[in-house]
Amino acid sequence: MAPDTKHLEVTLDTQVESVNLAEEMCLRVAEAAGFAEDECYRIGMSVREGVINAFHYGNQEKPDKKIHLGIDLTREKMVIHVMDEGKGFRLVDVPDPLAEENLLSTSGRGIFLMRTFMDEFDVVPGCTGGAEIIMSKKLPLPKSASGNGNRRPSNSDATPHQEA
Amino acid sequence: MPALYATTREVGVITLVDLSGRIALGEGSALLRKTIRDLLDSGHNKIVLNLGDVNYIDSSGIGELVSGFTAVRSREGELKLLHLTKKVHDLLQITKLFTVFDVYTDEPTAVRSFQ
Repeated sequence: MAPDTKHLEVTLDTQVESVNLAEEMCLRVAEAAGFAEDECYRIGMSVREGVINAFHYGNQEKPDKKIHLGIDLTREKMVIHVMDEGKGFRLVDVPDPLAEENLLSTSGRGIFLMRTFMDEFDVVPGCTGGAEIIMSKKLPLPKSASGNGNRRPSNSDATPHQEA
Repeated sequence: MPALYATTREVGVITLVDLSGRIALGEGSALLRKTIRDLLDSGHNKIVLNLGDVNYIDSSGIGELVSGFTAVRSREGELKLLHLTKKVHDLLQITKLFTVFDVYTDEPTAVRSFQ
């Protein structure tokens, strides 16, 4: 992990309340990171869907299993990890909710929403044996940089230095 | 986070359900399911869901809307949507459900559409 990465990690119980808790936590981080209201909505929704997925499909709503939520705030992006203690799954096996035959399905849209709302999205085998969802959103450009060639600050931009 | 509130009123044979709050996993989805089930059990199968004050729907809420839609249709009725907020409108667009539901922007037109 890069030295300037801020990391937050929490272990959640497998219960409905954890979905709201995870959403609220990530919303606070996103707001503090400077994301606009619309982007906060998309991040909050994605976290919600990730934890719902862990709660329902991964942990099968079993209270003895945990949901592991991690947030990394780097200089470039906000990265969110949601890991369950289930059996894992492959993205290729998830049905397309936009397919005609699935439009009236009452479930199966969570992965699609996360993919739509976040910049990067992947599912990998977690260290628990379950699935780990990793998704990220690029940080908004600082206001001072937006009128200056839309340049994202590099490490050197934030490092104070003295003129000789 | 606010829960979901639902009140029903009748315009002729049509039932309008005014919803406000969040239709999300937990109480919100459960209340919507119960409201539609109760209406169907009491013989009301022409239903308009007024979503004008619903500011948030997650995948569970979307699933509940679809479930309600198919349940009403199986009782030879119709379930229509009224007054979508921008977020809900966009969500139904990207999930392609905007083409599944009859969606209205004003109540008189929604009510007349059943005749």
